[in-house]
Amino acid sequence: MVEFFQTYLGTGFGWFVAHLILILLIALPVMLCMALATWVDRKVWAAMMLRRGPNVVGPIGILQPFADGLKLFLKETIVPSGANKGVFFIAPIITFVLALVSWAVIPFDAGWVLADINVGMLFLFAVSSMGVYGIIMSGWASNSKYPFLGGLRSAAQMVSYEVSIGFVIVTVVLYASSFNLTDIVESQRGNIFGILNGHIFNPLLFPMAILFLISALAETNRPPFDLPEAESELVAGYQIEYSSMTFALFFLGEYMNILLMCALASILFLGGYLPPFDWAPLYFVPGLIWLFVKIVFMFFVFAWVKATVPRYRYDQLMRLGWKVFLPLSLFWVVLVSGWLVFTGHYSAPVAAPTVVTGGAA
Amino acid sequence: MGSAGNGRLRQTLPPTPPIANGCRGFFDDSFQQGPRTAVIQAAIFYLFATVVVASGLMVILAKNPVHSVLWLILAFFNAAGLFLVIGAEFVAMILVIVYVGAVAVLFLFVVMMLDIDFTEMRAGFVRYLPFGMVLALILAVELVMVAGAWAFGDMVPEARMAPKPGVDAQLSNTQAIGTILYTDYVFIFQMAGMILLTAMIGAIVLTLRHRPGVKRQNVAAQNARTPASAVTITKPAIGAGVDTGAGVQPLIEKEGRS
Repeated sequence: MVEFFQTYLGTGFGWFVAHLILILLIALPVMLCMALATWVDRKVWAAMMLRRGPNVVGPIGILQPFADGLKLFLKETIVPSGANKGVFFIAPIITFVLALVSWAVIPFDAGWVLADINVGMLFLFAVSSMGVYGIIMSGWASNSKYPFLGGLRSAAQMVSYEVSIGFVIVTVVLYASSFNLTDIVESQRGNIFGILNGHIFNPLLFPMAILFLISALAETNRPPFDLPEAESELVAGYQIEYSSMTFALFFLGEYMNILLMCALASILFLGGYLPPFDWAPLYFVPGLIWLFVKIVFMFFVFAWVKATVPRYRYDQLMRLGWKVFLPLSLFWVVLVSGWLVFTGHYSAPVAAPTVVTGGAA
Repeated sequence: MGSAGNGRLRQTLPPTPPIANGCRGFFDDSFQQGPRTAVIQAAIFYLFATVVVASGLMVILAKNPVHSVLWLILAFFNAAGLFLVIGAEFVAMILVIVYVGAVAVLFLFVVMMLDIDFTEMRAGFVRYLPFGMVLALILAVELVMVAGAWAFGDMVPEARMAPKPGVDAQLSNTQAIGTILYTDYVFIFQMAGMILLTAMIGAIVLTLRHRPGVKRQNVAAQNARTPASAVTITKPAIGAGVDTGAGVQPLIEKEGRS
């Protein structure tokens, strides 16, 4: 596609136009999926509580997210008089943009990736670790007690769980020996006896998959770790003072982050765009469909947890992150690397690197 | 493993996975084929560099300390962009993850909680100005002296032309850093880790204090409780009441908690 535009529009401009179209091809479906995800979330939640959920707007209520969006769009944006205006408006934009930009490195099928960079996993991790700024800035700029408490809670929570997420990612990266997301997916092709695709079937990595799921819940501020917004104590946490589109941006960013974590879990542990079994007929189904099914499944798990598990207390949350997950995941990195060296995963020697010794000093 | 005589640690790398489309940096093949690539790269460099310098200035010019930290974060972020321009994508990502994602968050966290009176901060400005100017002058002179006496080693130009160890272009940025860090600089690397560990333990020791009378949750003790050990069913006679001494006990004794 890039070559097509480059032949007709010149090298530089064609490159630009082609990539603009590719970005739109990713961003628009992602936003549509995100809108539907809010509906699915509410429907699943309602079903588990024996309610009907949204069922008025459109068939089985499927147009509800668009009605909500329109409603928010038509409302007035209220800025608190004591708010720090610049930071107040930048915060929701940061949340939204960061949630959207991470999709650039997600491989939707073999070769279907906008930016096939060789540090894709680190890029995702960096972007998700920056997501905390939207929340902490909004909490501070609102100049109000509840948002500030919510922002501080969230900063501490996200920083804590990022550490264990990082170590979980390292265990998977050790298997793939690459940070590239396509390589990580391809390393799962027939990884268990040549039959199953996906690290989740690997007994050594299965505990890490569970740990990743729980950390992802904490990272996206989902129940049972939704303390930053804890509506029973902090009203709505960092987003109290936000109304209209500024609130909508937070809401969209939050759901897009959840979808991203689902996609990440699918890529790291469920085999990404590969079918679950390494069996030829299954490959007739496009990889995009497999990835989509896996993301929907992970999203269902997120909604399931939200409907069934009570909220953690803050000290319990911190204890779980620092005293249980961090030592466990750190130990697991050592265990996995030891196992990989023992089994000869890293046995192929390369030519000795010629290294500049000494340095300038 | 090592047949190398000088006792240096030898690294065995995993087989490099097949690379689909040649270069996989941030600027891929289709971009680099363009005739105006150099112009675009220069433009990107000047964009990042300008923002770094401007936000660096704003760090010291902003009146609100929280704004200063936010400008600092912007400077970090754009410095990572500069690393991307020279093709050091691993360092760029680590810069964002470590500095922007963790260090600056905690920094922001602390600065937000500070109780700063701005009028008090600006009170002695004129009085301290000469002293500050002298300090700044001394620092500037020292910087110039250090930079003027700087001499590069013999191998620096080579190292600059080929920052990656080995001529092997297949070696990615991450692997290259790992190769150099865990072989030649392994002891320095370990020492840096030890220093950080010492600093961490020191900070914990300095701030740790055991306050009496704080109720802590002992999860192991909670999980060890069973209905048999926690609940007693009694049938008191009318007017007799329950002997609490035997039935209800505190979960953790005051002294013996961990």
